[in-house]
Amino acid sequence: MRRKPEGLWAWILILISAAFLVLMLIAPLAVVLTESLREGLKVFRAAISDFYAVRALYLTLEVTLVTVILNTLFGVVAAWALTRFNFRGKRLLITIIDIPFAVSPVIAGLIFILTFGRMSALNPWLQANDIKVVFAIPGIVLATVFVTFPFVAREIIPVLEARGTEEEEAAVLMGAGLFTIFWRVTFPHLRWALLYSVILCTARAMGEFGAVSVVSGRLRGKTLTLPLHVEILYDEYHFGPAFAVASLLVMAAVVILAARNLVEWLAKKERR
Amino acid sequence: MYVKITGINKRFGDFPAVQDATFTIRRGALAALLGPSGSGKTTLLRMIAGLEHPDSGDIVVDDRRLNDIAPSQRGVGFVFQHYALFRYMTVFDNIAFGLKVKKMPRAAIRQRVEELLTLVGMAGLAKRYPAQLSGGQRQRVAFARAIAPSPHLLLLDEPFAAIDAKVRRELRVWLRDMVGKLNLTSIFVTHDQDEAIEVADEIIVTNQGRVEQRGAPVELYRAPATPFVTGFIGDSIQLDNCQLIKGFEELGPVPGAVRPEFIGVFHPEAEIPYANSAIDAKVVRLAFRGDTFEVGLDLRGCPLTARYALDSRPIAVGEIVKVLVWRLYAFTGERVALVNNNCTGDHPQGYSYVI
Repeated sequence: MRRKPEGLWAWILILISAAFLVLMLIAPLAVVLTESLREGLKVFRAAISDFYAVRALYLTLEVTLVTVILNTLFGVVAAWALTRFNFRGKRLLITIIDIPFAVSPVIAGLIFILTFGRMSALNPWLQANDIKVVFAIPGIVLATVFVTFPFVAREIIPVLEARGTEEEEAAVLMGAGLFTIFWRVTFPHLRWALLYSVILCTARAMGEFGAVSVVSGRLRGKTLTLPLHVEILYDEYHFGPAFAVASLLVMAAVVILAARNLVEWLAKKERR
Repeated sequence: MYVKITGINKRFGDFPAVQDATFTIRRGALAALLGPSGSGKTTLLRMIAGLEHPDSGDIVVDDRRLNDIAPSQRGVGFVFQHYALFRYMTVFDNIAFGLKVKKMPRAAIRQRVEELLTLVGMAGLAKRYPAQLSGGQRQRVAFARAIAPSPHLLLLDEPFAAIDAKVRRELRVWLRDMVGKLNLTSIFVTHDQDEAIEVADEIIVTNQGRVEQRGAPVELYRAPATPFVTGFIGDSIQLDNCQLIKGFEELGPVPGAVRPEFIGVFHPEAEIPYANSAIDAKVVRLAFRGDTFEVGLDLRGCPLTARYALDSRPIAVGEIVKVLVWRLYAFTGERVALVNNNCTGDHPQGYSYVI
């Protein structure tokens, strides 16, 4: 039961959480925004319209788009397979999906360096076919996909599990094909959870730093995403521009959060 | 026979869900698969529909072996326990789904769905969503959806389980009429013996994955084939030792069961037939049951339940009455024999066997 806070302790707990939020989240974000404008609007505008900044922004958007599409497909297929069919090793597979949440992103980056880099057994073949993975855009996409792939599957599996398989069985008995069943029967149940997880996945993909920084190679204008660009500006003591570009990411995060809340609200409204 | 199930086995891992199930159902019958939960009845139904595959055995409907035929080609309609209506489709689209999949022309679909809606008494509710319907209405829609593609065989999994008691009685009668009207061979699964007895023409009793007995409700009641059926169909009280009852000493120390109507209860001062076979028993409970009293008796430590006519001389709790057990079921292993009290010869008097 939710009730109005009563007594000293309730207020103290609320105060502690509020203070923590302000100190840890709101204050730093506010600092980013104020710092970005400290050297004036002119510097801000110059920083975000800088050639390299714009290239980084485009790269980030491209990588995010590809990642979200891949992970949505993978997530839906995996969730469907894991909840609709019984097979040996199913539990193990569900556990494996969570690995990216448990592994440090830096290690995820290293995995790809070892798999596709110069020391790998695949390297001669990649070279012969002129395929660049590491220190190129494919590597960045792979690293980002790896880090964010549990989002969609994790969000959908519980929805499918809770609903059971009877509706699909009814459709099978009436002779519907797999595509019709998914599109007409299963998908309507999933759409809010799917949209929600796509939003979370987008947020994480845009902001991914660790794994990408390992595989990127940091070629300015070529393999720098926004978070990496911010770091490089900062390392070069261009604090104003660094904060200005960072504020772009913050604004994107705010938009994404708003979208998430909208989706949650719409889903709740429909359930009623 | 229309439906022939022969030697079906099905295991889930180490659990034998169905063991050597064999039974038949005649054309046009409304049959019940009756058994406690975990007895394999739903698994059997799902195997007939093609939602599960038997490990061995044959499923034959209308002389066609169904084992290797795809579920949608079997000509089977299925009503799920919780109806499994498509939540995001209207009543119309739910019923039309199977017809659309079969690529029936639009106009024909519209006509068929409207015909079915009228049949199940839901005309005018075509645009509703399942969430806007009562339990009974959902059941009707599920029924209409199952019969829309004109199946030869209708399967229903616990069709009344999700409905409250009052509506359930109505729906039982409704289902009976509906299936009768369509002359559609139907099998429904239930764990409720009253439901099976009231609705079905034939009952197949399952227990622990095996078919215990198949027959008309009256046959099962009158001549149960196994101790399980004796206990499961109708009221009966288990006896650990039939010898304890006067008139059955020659049976030996075998277990058995008695039905309430097998027991005569007499006022202590009443004139009774076969007085020397009567036993004293104490009345421990007396409950008014409309047309009779239900009497709880303590017969030498053995609890019995009997009936006592309303117009007989009144008896009271605590009183010692005379009891005559006319007949009982004696169990020898898995077999059941109906045995008369030896005082009566083979013609019990003062006792009429009414079902």
